Amino acid sequence: MPDMAIIVPSVLNGLTTGALYALVALGLTLIYGVLHIINFAHGALLMLGLYAVYYLNVQFGIDPYVALLIVPPGMFALGYALQRGIIGRASHGRDENILLVTLGLAIVIENLSLFLFKSDTRIVDVPYGFQVVEIFGAFLPLPKVVAFAGALITAALLWLIMSKTDLGRAIRALAKERKGAQLVGIDVEHVFAMSFGLGIACLGVAACLLLPSYYVNPQVGHGFVLIAFTIVVLGGMGSFVGALLGGLIIGVVEALGGLFFGESLGQLGIFLIFILVLVFRPTGLLGHKV
Amino acid sequence: MRQLALLGLVFAALFTLPFFVESESWRTTIIMTLYAALLGQAWNILGGYGGQFSFGHAAFFGTGAYTVAVLQVQLGLNPWLGLVAGGALAVGVAAFIGFTTFRYGLRGSYFALVTLAFAEVLRILSNTVPFTGAGVGILIPLDPGAANLQFASKAGFYWLLWAITLGAFLTAWWIGHSRFGARLMAVRDNEDAARALGVDPFRVKMRAIMLSGLFSGLAGVFYAQFFLYLDPGIAYGPAVSVESLLVPIVGGMGTLFGPLLGAVALHAVSEVTREVIGDLPGISLVIYGTILVIMVLFAPRGLSGLVSRLTRSARRKTEGDRHA
Amino acid sequence: MHDASPILDVAGISKRFGGLQASNNISMRVPQGGITSLIGPNGAGKTTLFALITGFHTPDAGSVRFRGEDITGLAPQEIAERGMIRTFQIVQPFAGQSVRENIAVGAHLKIRSRAAALEKAEDVARKVGLGDRLDMDAAALTVAGRKRLEVARALATDPELILFDEVLAGLNPSEIRDVIPVIRAIRDEGVTILLIEHVMQAVMSLSEHTWVLNQGQLIAEGAPQDVTRDPHVIEAYLGKGMAERMAKQAADAVGGAHE
Ligand SMILES: Nc1ncnc2c1ncn2[C@@H]1O[C@H](COP(=O)(O)OP(=O)(O)O)[C@@H](O)[C@H]1O
Ligand SMILES: [Mg+2]
Repeated sequence: MPDMAIIVPSVLNGLTTGALYALVALGLTLIYGVLHIINFAHGALLMLGLYAVYYLNVQFGIDPYVALLIVPPGMFALGYALQRGIIGRASHGRDENILLVTLGLAIVIENLSLFLFKSDTRIVDVPYGFQVVEIFGAFLPLPKVVAFAGALITAALLWLIMSKTDLGRAIRALAKERKGAQLVGIDVEHVFAMSFGLGIACLGVAACLLLPSYYVNPQVGHGFVLIAFTIVVLGGMGSFVGALLGGLIIGVVEALGGLFFGESLGQLGIFLIFILVLVFRPTGLLGHKV
Repeated sequence: MRQLALLGLVFAALFTLPFFVESESWRTTIIMTLYAALLGQAWNILGGYGGQFSFGHAAFFGTGAYTVAVLQVQLGLNPWLGLVAGGALAVGVAAFIGFTTFRYGLRGSYFALVTLAFAEVLRILSNTVPFTGAGVGILIPLDPGAANLQFASKAGFYWLLWAITLGAFLTAWWIGHSRFGARLMAVRDNEDAARALGVDPFRVKMRAIMLSGLFSGLAGVFYAQFFLYLDPGIAYGPAVSVESLLVPIVGGMGTLFGPLLGAVALHAVSEVTREVIGDLPGISLVIYGTILVIMVLFAPRGLSGLVSRLTRSARRKTEGDRHA
Repeated sequence: MHDASPILDVAGISKRFGGLQASNNISMRVPQGGITSLIGPNGAGKTTLFALITGFHTPDAGSVRFRGEDITGLAPQEIAERGMIRTFQIVQPFAGQSVRENIAVGAHLKIRSRAAALEKAEDVARKVGLGDRLDMDAAALTVAGRKRLEVARALATDPELILFDEVLAGLNPSEIRDVIPVIRAIRDEGVTILLIEHVMQAVMSLSEHTWVLNQGQLIAEGAPQDVTRDPHVIEAYLGKGMAERMAKQAADAVGGAHE
């Protein structure tokens, strides 16, 4: 039985990872909540974001945190274009078709990256990469602490956008009722694409915050896809608070599971949670039963 | 009955292929094409005729493959028995996944994601437990001879595969011409209406996923015997699941010949690209992904949908001419 | 009217959707043979009652007996197997399948053989006037065609009792004139019919007995001619003011005649 001296850092570590998971899941849940589609390319797009941050750093010496000014807007534009150009046209009345098209996009993005960037795993070399901060007697890598704070700030920003801006109001109106929104003159396709863009911009932020303490390779998105889906279903599809809590919970479960059972069985726990929640409580822990 | 005759004709022709194709590399190509048709038809039984899109057919495939491999390597069991056991265990996994999902009415995208999660669970397990060889993988000793379900000539493997594939296609034909199939397609097209007419969707879907799992599992058995090596990524990774669904989507879901058409089309495309741009990592998958996007966007009913649309509009045109 | 053993016996059924009491303690009996109708204004809860009877919703309270057997809480397909079939107000064709294939799904309830089921489908299609559209995609049918298809699929199951949910709604007068004999013919074959209908003329000419539902409650029953003169029923359909005015008009007319 490991003692508290190991458990506390492990929980804190899990929380910092969980905050990033939450950020990835926030984008997914935003897209689900508004467009009612499941974006299977989410992990692949995160990977693309990570490569953007990586190349900005090695080619132009731009710090990953400075890249926050560049990558999220770029990802937003990419998301907007994808939704308007491809995903928005794919459904033909069946939501499985969206899943298929986003799966196709994921395959293309991943293998194109494999072709362009090769399969090597890369990391960025930043001066603060190995600095640590002491919290509750545990030493945590500085980038993870920054990522934790950054993820919470981004969640707050997203909440502000959703509740205080015209765009946010339009998005919420559309999420609730499509016909009504159309009637009051909301440009549905545009707002859908804006929502998708926002969801993908979250990935851009996550990429900037993640890379200093993580790595990138063409498969890096895989690990995130099902985890993000798990968080989203755990928190209730479309629920922001749910995604945040779900992210933190999953981060901790993974860290503790890894501590007690080894890393791969920790992951197993996540998939089992995913299956159990979807089967027994598809509205999520916080959602209402239909 | 005309369709059955056509099916007989096609498979008779397929049977004779090795007599005309003698180059080993071409034989490998036709084997891999027929193998894709088998994977595709297995998926088609559940996804095409039943409308339940699985993203995790690797769960069945990998179970069949690992069963035959583990039974041979760890217990010294004859692979012919392994073939039976592999098919049976794949059916068991299918029944388990079907029961947990269909019992609770999971549909659409949720069903897809849960099947994927099941495949991932199995992948992690096979990566952890010792008897599968864990991450290192498992090697089946080379020992050619029909008694060992291994063949000195590629033609032998081809005919083994041919027999399994014939079984899958006959099953699909039967689905198109039986009460079970009528009920399966009714559930696919409108579950409530089907229930109102006395169809039990749970039972129908269970039968479909078990049949589908059987043929995916047998494809796995074939794969293991043909390549003599497995690891968790090969057996339970997403590549097999994707190939399984891509083939019928390209060829035409819920049609008898769709998976064959799709397999031929996809392999033709990847052969051509290999000729033109060479064997670069990931390129064939880039093309597969692009094809998937294009098919869903512009031809959701696949190649056979395109063909029937073309013939129909041609017919309408001639009828119009007649009226004029 | 009070048959010793009704084919369908609904006792004290209730169903609530959130704040809305869609069915409130409804009890009704449908005698064997003949056509019984269920009328009521939009949103009265007629379709909900059908769904409760046929297992698509589970009632909060009450029970349903069909041919003497308690079927409360059974699944729709189990109820269909026992010989009670419903149709849908919002038609539910198996889109992409032909008319023949659609009807054959119903025929397969009792028939295992594919060939025999397809043959039966053709017979039934002819009966309901779809004989000329057997190979057409069900999704390509007109509204009237789809309504006929709903009827045909139900009929093909060889049911004891059919619940028709507004099979005439959305049809023009000449189409209605065509379908009414079809419904009569089904009754004449010995199938009991319970129908929800908006088209009053149809209710009058088809059914011997009618039940009136309003805001989830039964408010009247009887012969259609009597029921439609019931002030409660008129009020439910037309609103309170209208009912009073009509009563006053009637009284004035009577008074005028005396002068
Ligand atoms: N599944 C449901 N959930 C919530 N409300 C429902 C549901 N089905 C019907 N209702 C409501 O119940 C009421 C009765 O509906 P319905 O039975 O369709 O009426 P009718 O068929 O008499 O027009 C309506 O107000 C309708 O909105
Ligand atoms: Mg109604």
